[in-house]
Amino acid sequence: MATVSVFFKKLSLLLRRNRFHSELEEEMAFHRAEMERELIASGTAPQVARAAARKQFGNSARLNEQSHEIIGFSVESVFQDLHYAFRQMRKNPGFALTAIFILTLGIGVTVAIFGFVDAALLEPLPFTNPNRLVSVDEKSSMFPRSNLSRADYEDWKRMNHSLSSLEVYAGNGYLMASPDGVVPVPAVRVSDGFLSTLGVQPFLGRVFLPGEDLPGKPKIVILTYGTWLKRFGARRDIVGHSVTLSGDAYTIVGVLPREFAFAPRGNGEFFVPLLDKGPGCESRRSCHNLDGIGRLKDGVTLEAARAEMESIAQQLAKQFPDSNLGQGASVLPLSEIIVGPMRAILLTLLAATGLLLLIACVNVASLLLVRSESRRREIAVRGALGATPKRLVRQFVTEGLLLAIAGGAGGLLVSTWVMILLTKMIPENLAAGIPFLKLVGLNLHTCLFAAAVMLLAALLLAATPILRLSFQDIRDGLGDGDRGSAGSLWRRLGANLVVVELAIAVILLVGAGLLGQSFYRLLHVDNGFDTSHLATVQINVPDKLYPQNAQLLPLYREIERRLLALPGVQSVGLTSNLPVDCNCNTDWIRIVGKPFHGEHNEVNQRDVSPNYFATLKARLVRGRVFTSDDVDQRPHVIVINQTLARKYFPGEDPIGKKLADDGLTPNSFREIVGIVADLREGGLDQELWPAEYAPIDQTADNYFAVAVRTTQDEKSMLPTIVATLHGIDRNLGAYGELTMTDQIETTQSSLLHRFSTWLVGGFAVMAFVLGVVGLYGVIAYSVSRRTREIGVRMALGAQRSAVYGLVMRQAGWLTALGVGIGLVCAVGACMLMRSVLFGVQAWDPLTLFGVALVLGTASMAASFLPAYRAASVSPTEALRTE
Amino acid sequence: MAKKPDLLPGTLDMLILKTLTRAPLHGYGIALSIKRLSDDVLTVEEGSLYPALQRLLLQGWVKAEWKMTETNRRARFYTLTAAGRKQLGLEVSQFEQMIEAIGRVLNDAQEA
Repeated sequence: MATVSVFFKKLSLLLRRNRFHSELEEEMAFHRAEMERELIASGTAPQVARAAARKQFGNSARLNEQSHEIIGFSVESVFQDLHYAFRQMRKNPGFALTAIFILTLGIGVTVAIFGFVDAALLEPLPFTNPNRLVSVDEKSSMFPRSNLSRADYEDWKRMNHSLSSLEVYAGNGYLMASPDGVVPVPAVRVSDGFLSTLGVQPFLGRVFLPGEDLPGKPKIVILTYGTWLKRFGARRDIVGHSVTLSGDAYTIVGVLPREFAFAPRGNGEFFVPLLDKGPGCESRRSCHNLDGIGRLKDGVTLEAARAEMESIAQQLAKQFPDSNLGQGASVLPLSEIIVGPMRAILLTLLAATGLLLLIACVNVASLLLVRSESRRREIAVRGALGATPKRLVRQFVTEGLLLAIAGGAGGLLVSTWVMILLTKMIPENLAAGIPFLKLVGLNLHTCLFAAAVMLLAALLLAATPILRLSFQDIRDGLGDGDRGSAGSLWRRLGANLVVVELAIAVILLVGAGLLGQSFYRLLHVDNGFDTSHLATVQINVPDKLYPQNAQLLPLYREIERRLLALPGVQSVGLTSNLPVDCNCNTDWIRIVGKPFHGEHNEVNQRDVSPNYFATLKARLVRGRVFTSDDVDQRPHVIVINQTLARKYFPGEDPIGKKLADDGLTPNSFREIVGIVADLREGGLDQELWPAEYAPIDQTADNYFAVAVRTTQDEKSMLPTIVATLHGIDRNLGAYGELTMTDQIETTQSSLLHRFSTWLVGGFAVMAFVLGVVGLYGVIAYSVSRRTREIGVRMALGAQRSAVYGLVMRQAGWLTALGVGIGLVCAVGACMLMRSVLFGVQAWDPLTLFGVALVLGTASMAASFLPAYRAASVSPTEALRTE
Repeated sequence: MAKKPDLLPGTLDMLILKTLTRAPLHGYGIALSIKRLSDDVLTVEEGSLYPALQRLLLQGWVKAEWKMTETNRRARFYTLTAAGRKQLGLEVSQFEQMIEAIGRVLNDAQEA
């Protein structure tokens, strides 16, 4: 109660502050007059009385201030401090602007990267109770996570008790009929409960009902919001209409909400129920083409669910050894699948920005330190005039806070800009798989983070001058005797700061160097073929029009003939899967005539045309490639890669040997006729797998790709190739047209490496500049303080070279210390980011040596200028200074 | 000149309040009154008197109004409020307790 009334009294006094002061003034004047009157009455001379009254009364301005402090709010003195701080900045705009600029940069970059980390790793997935969602898959010795087969899925779903639902999805391409001909569209086939397990509420219509995914049920489809907008004109009455996908009419039953995105199939435009198992893959237990998601029952842990799925997998392995031997279960948090691959890179980047921020703060702190040196006198005067140490400390905290707030506000602006820029730099096809990009931006988390960073910076900035200034030696400061202890204290603290800066710069430079090397090695990894002048297009052939080999083989020949006839085309090859894509579409092989115990020998399986190897310029190691005569050969013929030869035929000649499926089915026998040098089928950073290549004519498929070797710019050929394909049959779906160089540069691994290289490289350059400038500042300042000393030395006969030596020795010592500490820390730091390095070790001597050399040279160059200035000091002038 | 003893810390408020129990006084009058009543032993520094008066005003223990003095000059007179009287009682009893306690310690020291 009392405090409240005091507050209101203060408030009312605040409104009539002038009156308060004039009243106080009058009251004190009255007091003085009365004292004077009494003194005169007791016989003192009037002049003496007046002086005595004044003397006794003391400093009335001070008294007024003291009364003011009682009735004023304590915040008011903060305003005074702020006012003073602003005046300090205005008086010295160069310092203030430099400090704010450095802080803005440091805070801006850090907050921006945190924005990504927050969106990816801290924000929950956009589903209901996302932390109960798990990704459920099979696993084998070659794949830590492999697809589920439909039969396995059905058994897992039936037998498990730890999941309240287990659903599957699979990517699938369709040819959508449109007024402009067929359009290839990516879609997702899902089980009935898939969308409801994620917790999606439809924007229009409904999601799938239980049982709607069973074979033979009506063909229905749900649109994503983007598809509804782009392909269906955002018609509100779209539900109930039908769309033709690959020749079948599908009834639209719903539209998904705008914010829905399922990252593992982020580009899917349609959701279709599983329906038919078809004659192919899904009727075989050994064919894996589905991925699972599940929702943990209440109280069931991830480990418990994993253990149960594993035991079910074991049971099935016993029951169906042919197909399920060695097939385990993989149960992971869904978030792990979606953001897991980004985690290491994002955390590396965050650490790098943290270092950059630190170097920025240290830099500004050392600027403040230099300034506090020149403010010693000011502080001493304020202290002598009665400012309490507390008040002086608060002045520095206020100034530090002001700088940090200015830097923080600027940093927030910079960070929004950086976040937009970085988001835009991610290519669209990849962005679909990174749903959290939509969440990147200023939100509560990023603002809180920015505030925390700002506060830390403020603390650091306030602490430095406070540490520096000892308030006891006020008298020292008033005199000019700030030569002895102060100088050495400055040297100790200031020099330590610059060592920290140099060490951090080394860490960032080494990190950037290693990432750069990783990126270079990734792009220049041996792919086993000539990646230049190679244009590629994916083709989807409607199976209604081309149901069998009889129709497909002539189409293949026609495509080859027409493309080869194009000017600038050297050679054309067909393949079931283009290289540098994935270790996938695998086959289980058995070597005829060798002992076999049911193990699954997983190899990449590709169907290629006879010209494929020549088109890629793959190197034939032994034997021969296919000819068009091989189509009708019995047994079939195949070409294998070197890894397969090494793994399954060690010390033997594989030519003439036969492979078969694990049941030795008679028509699965194929004879090895040639060995090619390894073609990179999987990702750039993945290991090479064994691979077999069969003639495409023997196993014709509706999905395939063409690779076209050109003599001219391959990028400009892409539209011509697509047009030619449509010219052959306008019902062909041609999509994913890409040059091989682009394909290599836009794979996820090379993009992640490219981003981290450029970002960390950018940070390192900033750190480098800040570090070298910091060193320059320290040396220049120290020289300016030692001008008299140098003058004395020279007057006593020191040579200019000795002066150079004096300055350069100090710089060399600091640089050596900074670089040395930095190198040790860098190796440690880079060991932590080993997982994002490719083909290079954390202690790569070339990088370490290079960084030491570059930073050392730059530091010496930066110190040379002050040394030159010191050496050109004229002794007489130097002695006359001050 | 012998140094006069300083006021015991924290007692100024109490002395001012006590002085005002007889009649409303202006600042100078308060200082004078304390000086006289203590036979010139206690001197109230003007530097602490006016801030103290502001503090008492703020707490609502005294009221202030401008009146004319006998010498026909305008001065601000301070009057004790009911809350101020209560506060005085509280402070006096605390002060007495402390004096008593100090006295006990001193006596004990003498006897030993």
